[in-house]
Amino acid sequence: MFFCEAREYIRLATGLTYQTQLTVDDSLDRMDKQTQFEATILPHLDAAYNLARWLTRNEHDAEDVAQDAFVRAFKFFGGFRGENGRSWLLSIVRNTCYNWLEKNRRKELGTVFDEKIHVIEDESASPEAALSKRFDAEMVRQAMEDLPVEFREVLVLREMEDMSYKEIASIAGIPMGTVMSRLARGRKLMQQSLAQREAANPEGQRRVDPQQSGSRL
Amino acid sequence: MNCTEANDLKHAYVDGELDAMHCMELEEHLKSCPNCTLAKSNLENLRSAIRLDEQYFRAPTRLQRQIRSALRFDEEPAGPVASWLQQFWFKFAAVSLVTALLAWLVALQLNIRSSTDRLTDEIASAHYRSLMAEHLMDVASSDKHTVKPWFTGRVDFGVPVVDLTDHGYPLIGGRLDYIQDRSVAALVYKRNQKHVINLFIWPESNDKAETQRPASYRGFNLVQWCAAGMNFWAVSDLNRGELSEFAQLIKEQTPAAPKP
Repeated sequence: MFFCEAREYIRLATGLTYQTQLTVDDSLDRMDKQTQFEATILPHLDAAYNLARWLTRNEHDAEDVAQDAFVRAFKFFGGFRGENGRSWLLSIVRNTCYNWLEKNRRKELGTVFDEKIHVIEDESASPEAALSKRFDAEMVRQAMEDLPVEFREVLVLREMEDMSYKEIASIAGIPMGTVMSRLARGRKLMQQSLAQREAANPEGQRRVDPQQSGSRL
Repeated sequence: MNCTEANDLKHAYVDGELDAMHCMELEEHLKSCPNCTLAKSNLENLRSAIRLDEQYFRAPTRLQRQIRSALRFDEEPAGPVASWLQQFWFKFAAVSLVTALLAWLVALQLNIRSSTDRLTDEIASAHYRSLMAEHLMDVASSDKHTVKPWFTGRVDFGVPVVDLTDHGYPLIGGRLDYIQDRSVAALVYKRNQKHVINLFIWPESNDKAETQRPASYRGFNLVQWCAAGMNFWAVSDLNRGELSEFAQLIKEQTPAAPKP
């Protein structure tokens, strides 16, 4: 009884939980795992946060989701086979975000764009309108945030992380053809949205090139 | 290449995903088609607007700390082998400490008890030896003026010698004895011609109040007290009442400040 109590006190004094009282081998594995995780996954914190921030559209939720994603990443780190650490991490962040959206923003996911139903209109038929060469950053941010999440996602990965179609396809779990059509559709929506915003706010903070003021819509 | 084909390929072209042959074909078409050229430059403008650094959200510095702490990366700076050893040594040290503490307490208890016991044992043994080895006295005299000077030079203190012949405890002599690693004076008295009383005297540096510790040991009675910077032990086979009376008489007649 004395030794039981003593052990309890020792445990409390050292702040060690039974959970962390691992065997030497387990501890070595953990140390190894931690070192590798710190070298290959942790440096992509900014990318993880940026994606989470764009998908949740909220700083606080982005932090929670990113942290949750890292905890899951460390848990499943055994399945990481040394390929691109950033892609591997971002696919976990992306899934964590979608789980979070499903739980907290269900209606945002309700409008998933289906390329088979929505046939993109033939743009080539109408003459291309000249758009501003430089957009106001705040306006671009708002336009991006107003995009349906599946377009926002591919645009962030393509433009901000400079990922190839193949990498985006693997992270988002969609075929490459869908990546291409979503990128095309997303860009078209962005151009329309920006043109609308510029038309609605002609005296705004935007910097309009005077020679290219004939934007439509 | 016509405009419809060019429109389909422009995204792959600006994304750098178009193969060399289609690139050449598209570029050829753009040279002769201002509408498609405008579409391409609109696309490039949009891309650079999204790629602006302002649109990239960097993680706040606290997030890395939060994640490291959620992963328990910062809890065990020592390696696991070290932490295992640390745990082992911690337990070992804790158990050792408790054991040592208990042992020390027990030893302390035993020591406190036995320091008195050991002295009592020594006194009784000295008394017993004096009776059996015919070494009761080094100086045989009932005259305190003979006995007292005899000690001078033999012990490093003045021995207070008291004659109690008038009270029925005649002084018969004195000798040197050895108690607690030092020479002590032993005065010998008799009672009724049969009972020998040994009175051991040595200086007591710790001049505490007189504390009588009457005790019985191996059939002898012992009376101890401190007075005038001296430690007195009277031991005899006399009964306790008479020995106490003897002690009382010695105490009364011992000069308050002994001569050095």
